Amino acid sequence: MSIAVYGTRHAQAFLGSLGRLARSPFATFLTVLVIGLALALPLALQLLVTNASRATGGFTSAVDVSVYFKQNVALAEVQQRAANARAQPGVAEVTVISADDALKEFQKYSGFGAALQALEQNPLPNALRVRPAADAMSPSDLARLERYLAAWPEVDTVQVDSQWVERLNAILDVLKRVLLVAAVLLGAGVLAVVGNTVRLEIQNRRAEIEVVKLVGGSNAFVRRPFLYTGVIYGVTGALVAWGVMAIALGVLEGSVANLAKLYGSQYALAGPAAEEVLWLFAGGAVLGWLGAWISATRHLRRIEPRA
Amino acid sequence: MIAFDHVVKRYPNGREALAGVSFRIAAGEMVFLTGRSGAGKSTVLKLIALIERPTRGTVLVAGKNLGALPSRRIPAYRRSIGVVFQDHRLLMDRPVFDNVALPLIVAGSPLKETDKRVRAALDQVGLLGKERMLPLELSAGEQQRVGIARAVVSKPTLLICDEPTGNLDRDLAVEVMRLLKRFQNVGVTVVVATHDIHLVQEHESGQRTIVLDDGRIQGGAGEEPLPSIVASR
Repeated sequence: MSIAVYGTRHAQAFLGSLGRLARSPFATFLTVLVIGLALALPLALQLLVTNASRATGGFTSAVDVSVYFKQNVALAEVQQRAANARAQPGVAEVTVISADDALKEFQKYSGFGAALQALEQNPLPNALRVRPAADAMSPSDLARLERYLAAWPEVDTVQVDSQWVERLNAILDVLKRVLLVAAVLLGAGVLAVVGNTVRLEIQNRRAEIEVVKLVGGSNAFVRRPFLYTGVIYGVTGALVAWGVMAIALGVLEGSVANLAKLYGSQYALAGPAAEEVLWLFAGGAVLGWLGAWISATRHLRRIEPRA
Repeated sequence: MIAFDHVVKRYPNGREALAGVSFRIAAGEMVFLTGRSGAGKSTVLKLIALIERPTRGTVLVAGKNLGALPSRRIPAYRRSIGVVFQDHRLLMDRPVFDNVALPLIVAGSPLKETDKRVRAALDQVGLLGKERMLPLELSAGEQQRVGIARAVVSKPTLLICDEPTGNLDRDLAVEVMRLLKRFQNVGVTVVVATHDIHLVQEHESGQRTIVLDDGRIQGGAGEEPLPSIVASR
């Protein structure tokens, strides 16, 4: 069979499948809706994870390590140590906070300005604020940096508040795993829905299948239109999922922006990226094809011509 | 062309449809299989069409041992034969053209070639001009002729017909038999199973009749010299 004939036969099978689905619009709509909702749920979880990561991204990048020097350590020595710290890998920024600057800031923001003026000498030490690089925020990276800074003999205390970062990362990790489990379960659901729909169609077209086999149609030939049916279900289901997500994002966008504004943020909900949309459609097509293939292979084997 | 050698066919329910049947049909021959209902005629056709496999014995068609043919090669084998049924087995929601074109579509025939051969087949059975009609818009005789056109469109060397005149009145039955005879005249081997003994008597001139009864051959199995009507197509 030439490639042109092969392509024509595939086009005929595809158009035939499309026509059959169009001839029963209500049943097709219900099936596509179920597949669309099943695909929309993992997509929604994916967007939740993406948006949660984006929303908390500012906080995780703001993890600072505070280094408090002993009272007798001069500012010049602190500046020398700052230079040492800057040379360390995984350090993005080092700020020297002199004892005087610290006192002024404390007076300004603490509400104890008058009381602090009564002090004979500045009780605050010179300090460094060390900000790790974005790719050096893991608990082990932070612990290593803490050990390095604490080893300086001039240092009194090193303070790393990384516990909440670990908790946040753990929550995001749980969300990612929930997403994975949901994707697998709902993917199996899509397989079942497509498989069952194809099974019913095979039953309805049993007489036709018998005739096709009788005139020499192979299982692969008979299966072809059902595979196209599965792919059409999967792709249109993905389209529905995309539409559902667009509507949901449209509804939530304003409220989330208002909430962010109250916290002084310009944060806005992000929709699915082009890559995620591509995955959605590819996933829908593959699940539809696979569901149809499993069902068609299983049921067509049992149908043989009768005389 | 066709050789049955001590063929036994027992169905899963225990019924023995054929009890050691042996006969031969030469290429280009037209043979009637006759006998009462349940005699085993349809089982013989099922074995030739590879709808069933023999329980014991050998069925050879064009040199192929059908009992040993791998399942994956059944479609190709079926594409090499034509089958006509009493109930036509047409796709009622497809026009005549699509019904007749089905074996060619299955075989991957190019569109132009398909169009040409479908029209030629419809012309042979006198239905050219009705290719866009649905089978339900045709008479029983015309539906049967669509079934015959579908069976011959891929130019098979073997045509098997199961009660092809069973649902037709006498005139239409005669017309169908003449049509089948025309295919035999161009070298197609034709096997017709029928219980209509009068029809057989009317058309048996030059043809052989194999009589089956209770799964056994009662006559015409091919002991007599085979006619040499092997014409090139």
